[in-house]
Amino acid sequence: MVEVLVFAVAGAACLVGAIGVVLSRNPVHAALMLVMTLFGVAVLFVAQEAHFIAAVQVIVYAGAIVVLFLFVIMLLGVDRAAELSLGALPAQRWTAAAFGLGGAAVLVWMVAAVDRLYKGAHSYELEAAGAAAGDADAAATSYLTDVSAIARSLFSDYVYAFELTSLLLIVAVIGTVILARRSSGDDGPLDGTHGGDLQQAEGAPGTQEARR
Amino acid sequence: MTGDPLFADGVDWGDIGIMGIKIGVAFAALLVATMFMIWFERKLISDMQHRIGPNVAGPWGLLQALADGIKFFFKEDLRPANADPLVFRLAPYISAVTAFVAFAIVPIGGVFTDTEGRSGTVTLFGKETILQVADPPVGILLLLAMSSVAVYGVMLAGWSSGSKYPLIGSVRASAQAISYEAALGMSVVAVVIVAGSLSTQRIVSLQAGGANTWFVVTTGIVPFIVFLIAATAELNRPPFDLVEAEQELVGGFHTEYSSIRFALFFLAEFMNVITMSAIMVTLFFGGPAGPIFFGLTWLWPTVWFLAKVLAFLFVFVWFRATLPRLRYDQLMSLGWKVLIPVMLLWLMFLGLRQVVFDQESWNLAQRLVVTLGVTAVGGALGWLLLSAAMRAARRNTAQEPLDAEDLAGTPTGAAPGDVGPGRGG
Repeated sequence: MVEVLVFAVAGAACLVGAIGVVLSRNPVHAALMLVMTLFGVAVLFVAQEAHFIAAVQVIVYAGAIVVLFLFVIMLLGVDRAAELSLGALPAQRWTAAAFGLGGAAVLVWMVAAVDRLYKGAHSYELEAAGAAAGDADAAATSYLTDVSAIARSLFSDYVYAFELTSLLLIVAVIGTVILARRSSGDDGPLDGTHGGDLQQAEGAPGTQEARR
Repeated sequence: MTGDPLFADGVDWGDIGIMGIKIGVAFAALLVATMFMIWFERKLISDMQHRIGPNVAGPWGLLQALADGIKFFFKEDLRPANADPLVFRLAPYISAVTAFVAFAIVPIGGVFTDTEGRSGTVTLFGKETILQVADPPVGILLLLAMSSVAVYGVMLAGWSSGSKYPLIGSVRASAQAISYEAALGMSVVAVVIVAGSLSTQRIVSLQAGGANTWFVVTTGIVPFIVFLIAATAELNRPPFDLVEAEQELVGGFHTEYSSIRFALFFLAEFMNVITMSAIMVTLFFGGPAGPIFFGLTWLWPTVWFLAKVLAFLFVFVWFRATLPRLRYDQLMSLGWKVLIPVMLLWLMFLGLRQVVFDQESWNLAQRLVVTLGVTAVGGALGWLLLSAAMRAARRNTAQEPLDAEDLAGTPTGAAPGDVGPGRGG
């Protein structure tokens, strides 16, 4: 009973939020709707006893990423619906619709496939899989909470992928800093090259106007 | 609750009743504590400034906060013409709700050194239960989650007011909150490394063995100091109150709010002070731990808890009375260049200590040499890199002419004209 209730409320929040993101005319409202969806997903995670993922969902996505969105929206002053209707690409609507439908089809297929796996072949396949994984593995993971299970796979099994991802993020941050300094600084020490000068000449009137 | 979020075994009226009572009691207690805190702060700061403070309503002015609250209810609720109606109404509730939810994970009592094998539980309606609203497995992460959601309240309030000062105030506030959240989170991680658990219940029960097992001692004093500074910044309390610096910004993000909506912000602010003090007591000072003398054994832990929280409330008021406000760049450089590097180094030290002391074949000298040696090398490397980076930054800024933005000290790049949602919306 409780399960159905929780799923209904969280699922409704997710759906309403998702539709709201698409339909809101005001970017700030759209961002808030996104937060609602993220919270709904977090509740669903808790219902699956993935507490840590739920907390991270709220801290990282709702607490950092959407806040960043809001920062950009507020500081650039693009919180007006009129500016959004401009820059649409020629076939954007049709392409977006096609991708959306494709995504929905894949999702439906996945749910159906998982459903069949669990319903049809329940006892045999799952038990076989459990036996194949071995008792030692099961014993090793059974006492772990989800936090330590995640930590174990991040920092031992997938440590290279994890470190590479953090390297990628650092490169992205450094790149952003350099690009940001180049376009706003008048004669920053970073760009002695001709290309930098050209870009400055193009960007200069805009930035100065923005500063005023 | 723990491990069974959906009540798969079924739910009965006992569970619902206990939950309802806990939420009700926690809410009422927090509200009363907030009213007390307002009175306490005003009275204490008056004393420090050789004034008398509120003394008309009730004995020693105790009912002043209640009188203020009633006045807020009956004032007119104004909304600026430029404001975004929906978000303007939503923002105060986000602030107030997050302030309350973070308090849910604080154990406010319970005997943790019981010989009968109980750990911090009491019996209600024939069910064992803990003296806190919830003890989720992610425990202390809920605090970080709530403090990052609380940014929305401030940010949306400033933006939706459709006015300049609130926007500047809210941009300052959210930049400050995001910056100090990193230091705050890392000092929480220090406790989590040593405790080996995120659950506040477990963190408190590990500190039940006397003052030398409190985490302020076992993690070294550094994480506590960083937490205290970062919490003060997170709360926008003086000396980090440039968010609502009256001399510069009128009132900060809530300038345009009036009546009960302003009261909600006010309430959230004081609630947050109490919650942060309670979290600090839980993380570093043993929560309800303390000697039990006579009589009501279940009451003493709560008494100790309240006494410790009161001590921290005093510290926050003391800060306000003695420290001058920081400048914006001082605030940012304290957060990013001092607190975060120090905390990173300290985390490395604590992690090393934990790993090295698991190596059972090593003797004490080996353990000490490895821990201290690696920390020293890492610290020296980090310090070299950081100081090189800072020297480069100083050289770069010396070459660039200082522009108006840097002087104003606000990170907003918005032109004064295009502020707020109302224009052309």
